[in-house]
Amino acid sequence: MDVQMWTYIIVGITFLIYIAIAVWAKAGSTKEFYVAGGGVPPVLNGMATAADWMSAASFISMAGLISFMGYDGSVYLMGWTGGYVLLALLLAPYLRKFGKFTVPDFVGDRYYSNAARTVAIISAIFVSFTYVAGQMRGVGVVFSRFLEVDINTGIFIGMAIVFFYAVLGGMKGITYTQVAQFCVLIFAYMVPAIFLSMMIAGTPIPQLGFGGAGADGVHLLDKLDGLHRELGFSAYTDGSKPMIDVFAITFALMVGTAGLPHVIVRFFTVPKVRDARISAGWALIFISLLYTTAPAIATFARINLIDTVSNTSYSKLAEDPKTQWFQKWEKTGLLAWMDKNNDGAIQYLGKNANGGDPFEGKPTFTGQTGQSGEMLLSNAPTDNQNELYIDRDIMVLANPEIGKLPNWVIALVAAGGLAAALSTAAGLLLVISTSVAHDLIKKQLNPNISEKSELLFARIAVAIAIVIAGYFGINPPGFVAQVVAFAFGLAAASFFPIIILGIFSKRMNKEGAIAGMLSGLIFTAAYIVYFKFMHPELNNPEHWLMGISPEGIGTIGLVVNLVVSMVVSRVTPEPPQEIQDLVDSLRYPKGAGEASSH
Amino acid sequence: MEKGKLQEYWKINLSYLVGLLTVWFVVSYGFGILLVDQLNTIHVGGFKLGFWFAQQGSIYTFVVLIFVYVALMNRLDKKFDVRED
Repeated sequence: MDVQMWTYIIVGITFLIYIAIAVWAKAGSTKEFYVAGGGVPPVLNGMATAADWMSAASFISMAGLISFMGYDGSVYLMGWTGGYVLLALLLAPYLRKFGKFTVPDFVGDRYYSNAARTVAIISAIFVSFTYVAGQMRGVGVVFSRFLEVDINTGIFIGMAIVFFYAVLGGMKGITYTQVAQFCVLIFAYMVPAIFLSMMIAGTPIPQLGFGGAGADGVHLLDKLDGLHRELGFSAYTDGSKPMIDVFAITFALMVGTAGLPHVIVRFFTVPKVRDARISAGWALIFISLLYTTAPAIATFARINLIDTVSNTSYSKLAEDPKTQWFQKWEKTGLLAWMDKNNDGAIQYLGKNANGGDPFEGKPTFTGQTGQSGEMLLSNAPTDNQNELYIDRDIMVLANPEIGKLPNWVIALVAAGGLAAALSTAAGLLLVISTSVAHDLIKKQLNPNISEKSELLFARIAVAIAIVIAGYFGINPPGFVAQVVAFAFGLAAASFFPIIILGIFSKRMNKEGAIAGMLSGLIFTAAYIVYFKFMHPELNNPEHWLMGISPEGIGTIGLVVNLVVSMVVSRVTPEPPQEIQDLVDSLRYPKGAGEASSH
Repeated sequence: MEKGKLQEYWKINLSYLVGLLTVWFVVSYGFGILLVDQLNTIHVGGFKLGFWFAQQGSIYTFVVLIFVYVALMNRLDKKFDVRED
């Protein structure tokens, strides 16, 4: 059976499963809709959290990113896992004890202020939309690449599926669908990785494989460092970012993770405080499966790529069935080769050996083929000697073909990518709808609204959010990549510090919290806007504050927030007694009721 | 729950947090970033040690830290009788 057929079958089956779960888990109350009735067992909640957290970017792009960044890619590995320690130790159990539905709920009640609640609502909606647009795009990309349908058709199909189970089932439907999606995506990620590890390192465990030796007896990482030096890239295991920036980015990502509303809300869905603690642990185990495999895939793929293409003649690649993946992926525009010196061989060189971008912009093919049979490009060549263009996404997407794996594995990767994108999109859409229906309409505009109408509003809000997200997926704003730094930076500089202070400092009052949240937000946003939008030409270490890039500036934003809120709270009146009692009650588990709306 | 006991419970919780977060900091920011060059002179199998902590070791440690915390707190909750039923 061919790949196309397999893909239709496997993707079709997974979609049927998601729909069946949605019908089974239809939400009947706002509580079921917002927090799945608060009755999700911790292991399942951990799986759902993992699927929610691991997006199309984690699944498709991260290994490729690390493959090109080497050691510097560690910022993502540590940054996107370490935040769960903060969640389990500093946030989850206390927020579960608090027992409401949302992060703005906590901010509004703890700081006895609707202004604080409003800032939290706006941040939550902004962060979630930033993210969800990228997910819908991911759905479209996977559809178009594997099912050869138009990218927009792919997005419509994705919207329809999410619409079905998010509108119908709310958090309950989403949670149980995510459990299924986690199983699909982790299986799809591990199978090619295990095959690749067997092929290159001779062990089925990728985590050990990339520290092992290849067929020639040389340790893979040593070999890779050697290849990198030879070809003018900085050593794979050393990296090139300044240490302070690596530190700041890792910290901003960790704290940002712990401050993201769609992650935090997960811990409202479990029955008990102790379940909240342990479900963060389960979530991290499930996430770690993928995150410890990614650097192994990165290493295997990098060695394989350099070994295959560097100084090899193009026509030889095209003859050998083992390397014909090169031509297949050339057709997708993820790979391109411009024979600048007309020697028929591929030169792949880094900055230290007169390399760099092979030509200006993304590849645009003329439709003609060159001397060696390559697809000719109309891009203007650059004046360095590198001839190869590689999109980093290819590292995961083309793996099954590079490893000569059976067709069903390729189909599985498509289903995995879709599961990753859909599960994250659904979680984010729910945060948006909760923010609108619960935080805005119920808590701010019309407190007397009946449960039935609130539920209706929540469903309408999800539907509208899906349409908007779909629109951004079809017409992606050019700044999607830039705003990801925003999402983490803002979460790090706004939510995280005031939630932590709300739990650990009884003295923290509304004046301090609002001043801190605003100063952290404004500082971080201003820095990112300045370097990413106003003066992108100045966006380099020479001009950065203390050598910290916009990706890492949330770390400084967090410090600003902490300092400002501490100082302001000390010179303004202490919070009322009932708030101090509330903080006391958060600090021990006993008496935690079920999550409630009032 | 009476105030004094609550304060004692909270103080023990905070001391757990300080200990565990110190480990959290040391394996990631310490071994994986600040001391990475020094640790990279040590090889374990095919890994440079600093690189290994940055891409593998820190993540395994994170998982262990959470489960240690869960165990410590479950014991503490029982001892102070603040466990939910």
